[in-house]
Amino acid sequence: MVSTDFLAITPEIAVAVLALLLVAVALLLPQGARKGLVPLNVFGLLGILAYTVYDFFFGKMGPVFRGMYYHDQFADFFKILFLTAAILVILSSREYIGKWPAYRGNFYALLTAAILGMMIMASSADLLTFYVGLELMTITFYILVGYLPHDGRSSEAGIKYLVLGASSSAILLYGISFIYGLTGSTQLSGIGAQLGSSLTPPIILATVFLLAGLGFKISLVPFHMWAPDIYEGAPTPVTAFLAVASKAAAFAAVIRIYLVTLEHQSFVQTGVALLLILAALTMIVGNLVAIPQKNIKRLLAFSSIAQAGYLMVGVIAESVAGVKGVLFYAMIYVFANMGAFAVATYVGQAQGSDEIRDYAGLARRSPLAAAVMTASVLSLAGIPPLAGFVGKFYLFSAVIHQGYTWIAYVGFVMSMVSVYYYLSVVKVMYLGEGADLPDIPVHGAAKFTMVFTMLITLFIGLYPTPLAQMAISAATSLVK
Amino acid sequence: MNFNLSVGLSTYLLVGAMLFCLGLYGVFVKKNIVAVLMSIELMLNAVNLNFVAFNRFLAVSSVVGQVAALFVIVLAAAEVAVGLALVIAIYRTRHTTNTDEFNWLKW
Repeated sequence: MVSTDFLAITPEIAVAVLALLLVAVALLLPQGARKGLVPLNVFGLLGILAYTVYDFFFGKMGPVFRGMYYHDQFADFFKILFLTAAILVILSSREYIGKWPAYRGNFYALLTAAILGMMIMASSADLLTFYVGLELMTITFYILVGYLPHDGRSSEAGIKYLVLGASSSAILLYGISFIYGLTGSTQLSGIGAQLGSSLTPPIILATVFLLAGLGFKISLVPFHMWAPDIYEGAPTPVTAFLAVASKAAAFAAVIRIYLVTLEHQSFVQTGVALLLILAALTMIVGNLVAIPQKNIKRLLAFSSIAQAGYLMVGVIAESVAGVKGVLFYAMIYVFANMGAFAVATYVGQAQGSDEIRDYAGLARRSPLAAAVMTASVLSLAGIPPLAGFVGKFYLFSAVIHQGYTWIAYVGFVMSMVSVYYYLSVVKVMYLGEGADLPDIPVHGAAKFTMVFTMLITLFIGLYPTPLAQMAISAATSLVK
Repeated sequence: MNFNLSVGLSTYLLVGAMLFCLGLYGVFVKKNIVAVLMSIELMLNAVNLNFVAFNRFLAVSSVVGQVAALFVIVLAAAEVAVGLALVIAIYRTRHTTNTDEFNWLKW
């Protein structure tokens, strides 16, 4: 019995072992030999990814550890997403990290530990397990965000993230403590059964605290103020991982808590209006504030706030189609965003600036980087031949099916607005002069990442069926 | 006159709520970053008090609430360790712990 339970968490165990192995290897290897950490990490994660994909299709699913932990396709889908994102981050940032002092070898171990936290979040069936996973992820991210040596901006971003993240965790926990008091349980299924449909002030209080804490993690609009500062100050690969994987992990938890625990609760049924307004605000504010941004990382930060709004629309739909839309969109968002961040990382380390005006003439100086950036931002904007269009189509059609047509209109209009600022980056790259800026030849692992993300973005846009099938089976494993 | 002076669940919840509000207030108004970290600890301790009180008064047979409090204590310690390390890192470049001067990143 117990042995099969441990079999179900093989990926988690493997990731934990890999993280510890990386710490040990980074300490034991001589200074010059630390380049070996990248292949070790990448191939380790590739092996775990292969196992997780196998597990997704053929694994034996069900709750394990007395219902403390879910082993289902929904969790596996997110694990595939985290591992893919991590591999792309590591590959795209090899040159960037290579410039750091040698004692920064623990970067890879920390990154791997963050993946473990995300996996626990996606699988947790208990609010306590969820909280431990969340803290493992966020505490690791506090370190990673403030990781640049002798860079005041990085330290400042780290400390801001720590103060805001820890406060939001405290608010989340205060909500959890009331839910425990109301139901006598921290297990999601037990809470769902106990809460019932009565609407009392303590239930409202607990739900609002829970929503505020989770809203911070997915940067829903009233709780989004941290994102731009932290995204700008953090090392670019960390920003990429934060924007892609940390947000997806928080969404995995939000979907599970929302659909399993709060589904029958009358607060949610009456409070859908509140969530709709928050989602609409997130889309509007994220897209409008992105327009005047001058820094590419800040622009992508506001774009990722807007993307959280689109994803929230799918959660509100509360159906298989909605969850499928969220899963599909989260996955293509990984490839589109990783493409953009791979270019930002590479160009940033080559010319020491993240300002958009320094991208002038990139099409001439580095045609591949400019093409990948263009494909990525057009996919984020949802232009038809690319994957982003299919994802937005799934999300908005799911929510229209539930009868909330106006939010889909808000989404359409805001997608049009987003085209403007995405294309302004493209305009700078293709029409700008940039005569005094250096040529940036792209090679090595970064080149592979860029080409790979662009091809996947195109491929899923033209032939979305396989990924959509996976998303549907993952969604049906959660929504009964 | 018959006053009810027994210490019940609501007393603990009230103290917890006061601690939580005090912590939240501290996070917003304190100028020193170390004091802000201490305020966050206050909020987390309010949570612990809630968990233990709910466990003691509502679910005597189980220990879930006490276990939760232990988890929170451990994770809060990890958080504050990282927090102090970051305070030292930023002090090296700015020579200050005043939150008002952490203003290089702004829009």
